[in-house]
Amino acid sequence: MFDYAEYLRLDKLPHIWCYGCGNGIILKGAIRAIDKMGWEKDSVMAVSGIGCSSRATGYLDFNSLHTLHGRAIPFATGIKMAKPELNVIVFTGDGDATAIGGNHFIHAARRNINLTVILFNNNIYGMTGGQYSPTTPKGYFASTAPYGHIDPSFDIVELALGAGATFVARSTVANPREMEKVIHEGLKNKGFSLIEVVSNCHERFGKRNKMKSPYEMIEWIRSRSVSKVKAESMEAEEREGKIITGIFRQETRPEYVETYDELVLKKARGGI
Amino acid sequence: MGEIKFLQGNEACALGAMRAGLRFFGGYPITPSSEIAEQCARLLPCSGGRFIQMEDEIASIASIIGASLAGSKSMTATSGPGFSLMQEALGYGIMAEIPFVVVNVMRGGPSTGHPTGPSQGDIMQARWGTHGDHPVIALYPESVPETYYEIIRAFNLAERFRQPVIFLMDEILGKMNESVEIKDDISVFEREKIQSRDGRYRPYAMKDDIPLTANYGEGLRFHVTGLFHDETGFPDVSGENIQKNMDRMYRKIENNIEELQKWEESGADNPEILLVSAGTQARSAKMACQELNSRGISAAVFRPVTVWPFPEKRLSALAARSKKVLVVEMNKGQLADECRKFISDEKLIPVNQLNSEMISPDEIIRQVEGVL
Repeated sequence: MFDYAEYLRLDKLPHIWCYGCGNGIILKGAIRAIDKMGWEKDSVMAVSGIGCSSRATGYLDFNSLHTLHGRAIPFATGIKMAKPELNVIVFTGDGDATAIGGNHFIHAARRNINLTVILFNNNIYGMTGGQYSPTTPKGYFASTAPYGHIDPSFDIVELALGAGATFVARSTVANPREMEKVIHEGLKNKGFSLIEVVSNCHERFGKRNKMKSPYEMIEWIRSRSVSKVKAESMEAEEREGKIITGIFRQETRPEYVETYDELVLKKARGGI
Repeated sequence: MGEIKFLQGNEACALGAMRAGLRFFGGYPITPSSEIAEQCARLLPCSGGRFIQMEDEIASIASIIGASLAGSKSMTATSGPGFSLMQEALGYGIMAEIPFVVVNVMRGGPSTGHPTGPSQGDIMQARWGTHGDHPVIALYPESVPETYYEIIRAFNLAERFRQPVIFLMDEILGKMNESVEIKDDISVFEREKIQSRDGRYRPYAMKDDIPLTANYGEGLRFHVTGLFHDETGFPDVSGENIQKNMDRMYRKIENNIEELQKWEESGADNPEILLVSAGTQARSAKMACQELNSRGISAAVFRPVTVWPFPEKRLSALAARSKKVLVVEMNKGQLADECRKFISDEKLIPVNQLNSEMISPDEIIRQVEGVL
């Protein structure tokens, strides 16, 4: 049995997340993946924005920074530029990273700065009461979509791939072992890593969409989950509405701060 | 005597920042401040620091807050519209008590306004631009040499009080060239190294109302948030804690007002006519004052160098002895409004101009003659 206590600020528990919330499953998966890295706790820097996901940093016994809505990635960028030796992990959500923080998300991916972004995608703004987010599926209900949601959704994996992230993966809270594995792979990547984890918000999303228990919501996630390998052999119509999981990109490209030091610092100091 | 350099205002700002120990600059281009970023891009890597051009001003200020928390003296530079985008994070810096410097080279606004023209339209944005109640430190030099030394003071104050410092310049100051004597003896304030690991580290334990916060990655794991927090750094939104910390954050400034404030007085003692003016505009006011003095008119200039906290006590005493106080500024009367708190309407005369030009000495003299 894995002992989480070493990594948690136990006096900050119980957490603020609702009973049965998937965020706890992600937090535990992240802890197991970080443990596998064998990092000293002092060397880990956890940065978050605002929202349910972003409360994760307060429970973790690392260096931790709870920033502004949408801005975790640029705060983390400054930290990485100032102290590249820190292992910087960003905890964020679908609203935090792809609505208000969308610009920062794509530009950090483009630079390939060594940040590992663990994105809790619960398809809704949970903390503020269930307003629709960039990943709320079309036709579903939200507090600001009382007649049904009309916006097309972001595919966060496609967004990260298009922006140039060097590690891109998706998993779900219905498959914690796979989640742990892909987070671990992301942590190993020296560059910008995006791990989207689809989570359940039965309180703010499920209740408006005939899935009021955690079980119903996790079943909803599980029933739509398809591995990347399997999805490749499916027709486009069949893939519609599915959560395709797995690693979508895992490649090596020069890391931003290392490149800066190699190409800018050395030149400026008369080296090369 | 130190080396003499012929510098542009923006260049002096960057060089002064380097002298103060700048290690990180995150910025986004905007006229008329861009040379500050350009100079930092050139200078920082020469001394092992790092520069990044971020995707916008919000990201720029966020990056410098992160870098400061990780132990690097940090700065960004912008102009009015970019400064507006930075306001939320500026509030974060004040709340979480993080030292950094934000330079705002003021141009004509609102909106895109007149990017290559000067104004002093952000005096109040500096004071009240961010949300909520908060204390503010803002400096505003008048010349290129003063820019060099005041930006060093800005860093020193930021580090000493663990508070963001707003450094106001204007388009004239940013773009003009003057000689600067680079002195050897300059005092630079270094952040105290916090190493204690006895018991649980409390990043917001206070010493004289100023938190003793360590840098990230130096062996003390702690939490920082923009929520109201207690000494441990974790959220505490009890009414008692909020009131206590707001009172303390204001007290941090109010109890050190003499250390923070700085102003210049020139012209006649006990003047009948007192001219109040800041930044480059004050140089025009001083020229007008000299001319008035040579004509036998008792006039003086009061120039706040620290704009916030406003040097109210001294100005109030000077104003009490004067017949008329003319507040000369390239805006609609932002400093004049502040002066109205302690100078009567009969005595106070705002002199304002919004045509993207400095108010000339002749115009100031004309205004003075009109009230004599």
